[in-house]
Amino acid sequence: MNDTFSRQLYHYSALVVLAFMALAPIWVMLATSFKNDIDVQSAEPLWLFFVPTLENYEYIMTRGKFDRYLTNSIIVGCASTVMTLLLGGFCAYALARLDFKGRTLMANSTLMVRMVPPAVLAVPAFAFVMISGVDNDLAVLTFLYTALNLPFAIWLLFGFYKQIPVELEEAAVVDGASPLQVFFRVLLPLMKSGYAVAGIFTFRIAWNEFILALLLTGRTTRTLPVAASGFITDTGVEWGRIMAMGTLIVIPPLLFTFFAARQIIAGMTAGAVKG
Amino acid sequence: MAHADMDTQRLDLPEPMPQPRFQAGFITPYAFIFPALLVMLGGLLYPVFMAMYLSLYDWQIGLDLEDAPFVGLTNFSRMLTDPQVWEVLWVTMRFGFWTITIEMTLGVALALLLEKPIRGASVFRTIFILPLMVSPVVVGLIWRYLFDARVGWINYYLGAWFGIEPQIWLGDAQLAFFAIVFTDIWQWTPFIFIIVIAGLQALPSEVVEASTIDGANWWQQVFLVKLPMIKSILVIALLMRLIDVFRGMEVMLIMTGGGPGRSTELLSLHIYNRAFETQQLGYASAISVLLIVIVFAISTLILTMANPMKSRSDV
Repeated sequence: MNDTFSRQLYHYSALVVLAFMALAPIWVMLATSFKNDIDVQSAEPLWLFFVPTLENYEYIMTRGKFDRYLTNSIIVGCASTVMTLLLGGFCAYALARLDFKGRTLMANSTLMVRMVPPAVLAVPAFAFVMISGVDNDLAVLTFLYTALNLPFAIWLLFGFYKQIPVELEEAAVVDGASPLQVFFRVLLPLMKSGYAVAGIFTFRIAWNEFILALLLTGRTTRTLPVAASGFITDTGVEWGRIMAMGTLIVIPPLLFTFFAARQIIAGMTAGAVKG
Repeated sequence: MAHADMDTQRLDLPEPMPQPRFQAGFITPYAFIFPALLVMLGGLLYPVFMAMYLSLYDWQIGLDLEDAPFVGLTNFSRMLTDPQVWEVLWVTMRFGFWTITIEMTLGVALALLLEKPIRGASVFRTIFILPLMVSPVVVGLIWRYLFDARVGWINYYLGAWFGIEPQIWLGDAQLAFFAIVFTDIWQWTPFIFIIVIAGLQALPSEVVEASTIDGANWWQQVFLVKLPMIKSILVIALLMRLIDVFRGMEVMLIMTGGGPGRSTELLSLHIYNRAFETQQLGYASAISVLLIVIVFAISTLILTMANPMKSRSDV
């Protein structure tokens, strides 16, 4: 009895230490974002005891075009997520359910292009913008994010479709439903959590992406990560403002984590554990 | 005419075929995959081929592409003898070696120690995936601050606890390399931990219990039973990290820009710097072809080991 207690104690203390290590840097950002310049420069790190101020947030929200950048990020994030889920959902359904020539080829090549490094896309995307003159346009960015996200979304949704018993669809077909009706009326309601996971991953990648956004956006089309990086060169020492920007960028992914941790873990382990 | 044709057709067929339904069955799959296929072709494959095409030209920023001279494979031969390319490959390999070794060791060890289901585990798991969710740019910003020579907390605690003099972490080749390795470990050890713990908890309990009854101690159980059983998970996790080593660049771009010198410049970041700092787009494309080859080679390895779409019967 005593042994299990001490083992549990050791288990919990190990977890607490690890949790602290995972959280501390994020906390440092959060705390710093609420500090005035003097506290940021303080010789001794201030974890908790400082007078919080909103001046950093006020600064970043009033100088520059913060609302514009935020809107851009939201537009690109949402548009590419909707596109990815829509197109990826159809494709995953076909791969999971329908038999057709080239199915294996399609499945394999989807998995191959999943890993195309963003750095490889950078120069061609830049070249495209130079040649076509389509600059300063969120559509290009949205399109690229959709392309980058599709393979993983297809892979993920494929797994979810596989889990749904075929009998449900067969019954619907017998009742005279068309493939589209089967897709929308029968499968979609059962795929809610699958789409939620894929949506979170897609949105997060679009929301966080930096390199392509840096290259393909201009003064008015900047997304938040690009705007945040701008604070480094402009103001090397204004850590409070940089951290305020960082905190705002991190909010949506952190919210997802709190509300859908289980699904996120399912998505992360899907790649490895199911193999 | 049409009428006659239909009649003969009907005669030829042994049994009347449900024509419209058959056609729908043939076209539908392609209609379903076509939009996604089109976007992936345009957004992923086309850029890859474009990079190959551009790698044959000596194209500099500011020059129109039509005016760029065709140089054949010169960029590739130049790449092979370019000390900078070899240097960043070496940096990338060292970075991969240290991060992956430490992340795998720590992640697996922690998973083995903390594998037992425990009350509140889901809370801790939520906390552990937080570093993974933070944008790479923000990770770079946070750690750039922590490693800052003047206001950084790391210098403070090293001084206060161990009496170590303040270091210019990101301004010294070796220390900067250490800093980016450390940052990567902070962010990605949880990934290994979560994946491995999921694998361990999915193991059939009978096997593990049987080994206990057979008198295996904890170490034997780990090295002779558990780890071999999750070997494929370990290998895939390792390969996924390896691919990320070749894909990632944002954290370093923010923390050090690849410097000092090229001490923290990974292959991806080198492509970026070549293209947009030294403005040699053609040459940078040649290096990205090398990157594609490396990444596709690792992807193929992963696919041969675990292909989730392999067959229709895999479910």
